[in-house]
Amino acid sequence: MDKRQKEINNLKDYKYGFSTDIENIQAPKGLNEDVIKFISNIKKEPTWMLEFRLKAFERFKVLKEPDWQKPKFPKIDYQDLYYYSAPKSMKDKPKSLDELDPKLLETYKKLGIPLQEQARLNGIAVDAVFDSVSVATTFKDELTKQGIIFCPISEAIQNHPELVKKYLGSVIPTSDHFFATLNSAVFTDGSFVYIPEGVRCPMELSTYFRINASNTGQFERTLIIADKGSYVSYLEGCTAPMRDENQLHAANVELVALDDAEIKYSTVQNWYPGDQDGKGGIYNFVTKRGLCKGKNSKISWTQVETGSAITWKYPSCILKGDNSVGEFYSIAITNNHQKADTGTKMIHLGKNTKSKIISKGISAGSSDMTYRGLVDISSKAKNSTNYTQCDSLLMGNKCGAHTVPYIKNKNSESNIAHEATTSKISEEQLHYCQQRGLNPEEAVGLIVNGFCKEVLQQLPMEFAVEAQKLVGISLEGSVG
Amino acid sequence: MKEQLQKDFYNSIKNLSLSQKDIEIKKFCLDNFIDKGFPNKKEEDWKFSDINQIIKNNIGELSFYNDQASTNKVDTSVFVDGLEHNKIVFINGRIEKIDFEYEKKDQIEIIDQSETINEFENSNSLSDLNNAFTNKCFKILLKKGYQLAKPLIIYHTTNSKIWSKNINLRLNFELDKDSSLRLIDLFNDVSEKNFLNIFYNFELKENAVLKNYKVDKLENKNIKYSFNNIDQDKNSISETFILSSGSNFSKNEINCNLNGVYASAFVNGVFSLSNDKHHEIRSIINHSTENTKSYQLIKSVLEQSSKAVYQGKIFVNSDAQKTDGYQLSKAILLNKESEFNAKPELEIYADDVKCSHGSASGSLNEDSIFYLMSRGLNYQQSRELLINGFLLDVVEKITDSEIKNLIKNMLGIKE
Repeated sequence: MDKRQKEINNLKDYKYGFSTDIENIQAPKGLNEDVIKFISNIKKEPTWMLEFRLKAFERFKVLKEPDWQKPKFPKIDYQDLYYYSAPKSMKDKPKSLDELDPKLLETYKKLGIPLQEQARLNGIAVDAVFDSVSVATTFKDELTKQGIIFCPISEAIQNHPELVKKYLGSVIPTSDHFFATLNSAVFTDGSFVYIPEGVRCPMELSTYFRINASNTGQFERTLIIADKGSYVSYLEGCTAPMRDENQLHAANVELVALDDAEIKYSTVQNWYPGDQDGKGGIYNFVTKRGLCKGKNSKISWTQVETGSAITWKYPSCILKGDNSVGEFYSIAITNNHQKADTGTKMIHLGKNTKSKIISKGISAGSSDMTYRGLVDISSKAKNSTNYTQCDSLLMGNKCGAHTVPYIKNKNSESNIAHEATTSKISEEQLHYCQQRGLNPEEAVGLIVNGFCKEVLQQLPMEFAVEAQKLVGISLEGSVG
Repeated sequence: MKEQLQKDFYNSIKNLSLSQKDIEIKKFCLDNFIDKGFPNKKEEDWKFSDINQIIKNNIGELSFYNDQASTNKVDTSVFVDGLEHNKIVFINGRIEKIDFEYEKKDQIEIIDQSETINEFENSNSLSDLNNAFTNKCFKILLKKGYQLAKPLIIYHTTNSKIWSKNINLRLNFELDKDSSLRLIDLFNDVSEKNFLNIFYNFELKENAVLKNYKVDKLENKNIKYSFNNIDQDKNSISETFILSSGSNFSKNEINCNLNGVYASAFVNGVFSLSNDKHHEIRSIINHSTENTKSYQLIKSVLEQSSKAVYQGKIFVNSDAQKTDGYQLSKAILLNKESEFNAKPELEIYADDVKCSHGSASGSLNEDSIFYLMSRGLNYQQSRELLINGFLLDVVEKITDSEIKNLIKNMLGIKE
């Protein structure tokens, strides 16, 4: 028995729970105008960017931390955080991968990011974000040939100010909610993608975020613009080292799809979830919003949420263009003391707009999972349709699964269908699998993977395999 | 509003023979209400129906004092024909008649509980308002094993004497072991622009059966709020049917606590709305112990710029294994101005449960109309047939055949 327990514990230990010893440059602790100026200054930002940040900070000062959500968390002291942290060796940016700090490379190797040769083989261009500064961007040449811009957002601010100026804050304005506004004021880095008219991005673009320095909040900002008739698929993966204290992650992601463009955004989030007693872990308070600005545009969110102590995010679509399509596929798994409050918002404004929501929630241990979503069909959005399905699976009687959908239909020519179920894995299914020689854990893995299949299918190949494994790892030890 | 409330409050208690302590309690409730005011859309439960604003826009200044010294004449013409029944008659909020003519007198007890106040979970400031201003409250106690021979109809009548008034009324029911009650609430409003605030409390003991049918059919310009609290013991059954149609604004809340094993609750509702009406049903079913069951079906037909809201919540406690909870809301929007909002919520802490909900809203299916028209019906007939069929589904859930027929007649649904 003891041996088996040990094995389970080993398996359950967080695989990415190491931290790298690299000297950091940090902004002074706390949040004030000087810190914002410090960040802006160190990034050599133009004045309009600093104004953008200060405007957001002005707004932030009057906002209150929201408290309506289900997972409650202890008050965060925003003055007790470092808002900027960069590896020292980065000050003079390396020209090529060979010049990178070998320790950094080692970190990525542990994470399994195909930064060098593997990248080429896998056909993935990686923009890796280590704490707050983007370290290396591969495949740049190949993308440049097609006119695609894929670079850290701080570089885009320098080199493509007209695009950044036009679109930054157009989907998530500086006057948005608490965490989004905080991000607008202090964001450090992130990715910027621009796909020119009519270009189909030849490969999956990918970022890997990692929080390393202790006591830093990570505030990255991603902006993706798909010009007319273009297509891009973007992957995002997240991990963080194991630490006792809670860390804050408040990112903003903005997507803009113009006429006939399509953006596919996939996330596998595996931030450190805290230990078995719920100590430590990441607070993942992310704002993701996509705007289907043009006609016939499409935005599709896919997410696999297995990590973080508290996940609190609602990737949304604003379907402004006529005939635009919004999709949301989600798997959220919580175990031990994790809490997740996630879902989506589909705001139908244009005619003939369509949206689809598939959400699968699995809770085990003493965790709590909430699906919270909004479908709003305005009176102008004639002939729009929405289909929502949210299923929850419960494992054990200490966990909770909740569904809170808001459905608003202001249009008689539109249709909304919503269904939700909550259940547990049936004894019959388990028995059937075990009868055929699977042990209980394998059986549960198989059933859960089947439960999630609809969403896993939406992920790009490379991610789907990893996600499938992640689903298995997250639930290990929760049955038996 | 504060001065008005205080003035009306002292006018109201002046006529009552209350002890100092009772006055203190009522005063406390009044202060609570003054503090909180009418619920508004900042409160999650009132997100879709801001009653503060609705009262402001439709009534303006309310007065809370009702002179209940003189009796009102009971107009027998409103009584239901062709169905023998017991009666409780409220006219302008004053109890005029309690008549259990068909029942054994020693099996029913009517207890004056005017000095008590209600305290419910999941309630709001309107409960405080109700506590402060109701001056008569009765508890109707059904004794062990007694099943009412005939249904009880409660007539809620208002006449044109009142205007811009707030009327509060309250009734308590206790159904002892093995007893049963069929209860119809019938609203006959001739008055305009009043705010009715009604609280019922039901206590169901082991094996008790409660069937409550709320019928608000007659066109009127009043604003109604009704709160039913139902506590259920082992094996008890409660069935609630709501026909929500007549008033300008109406909100029905059902708060059902399934405290005993094998208790079950059924909530069925029909919204049939036109003009600028705005109605809401909000249900909270608390499954607090194992093997309990709940079923909810809400259907709406919305014309012109009417608005219907359904907020349903199924709460399953971690002890409530083997819970079966089901919830379905469907709406047909007939006009592009009409609106349907839903918030079907599940909050579940036990794993061996079967809970699901569904919600759909949309227009009348043109294919079905085409099908019927190809069989020789004209457009109007096909439309009516489809709508009737859609609503009949809910009416058919009524388990009492006498009352089912009565309600079918009221709705004008032919089979």
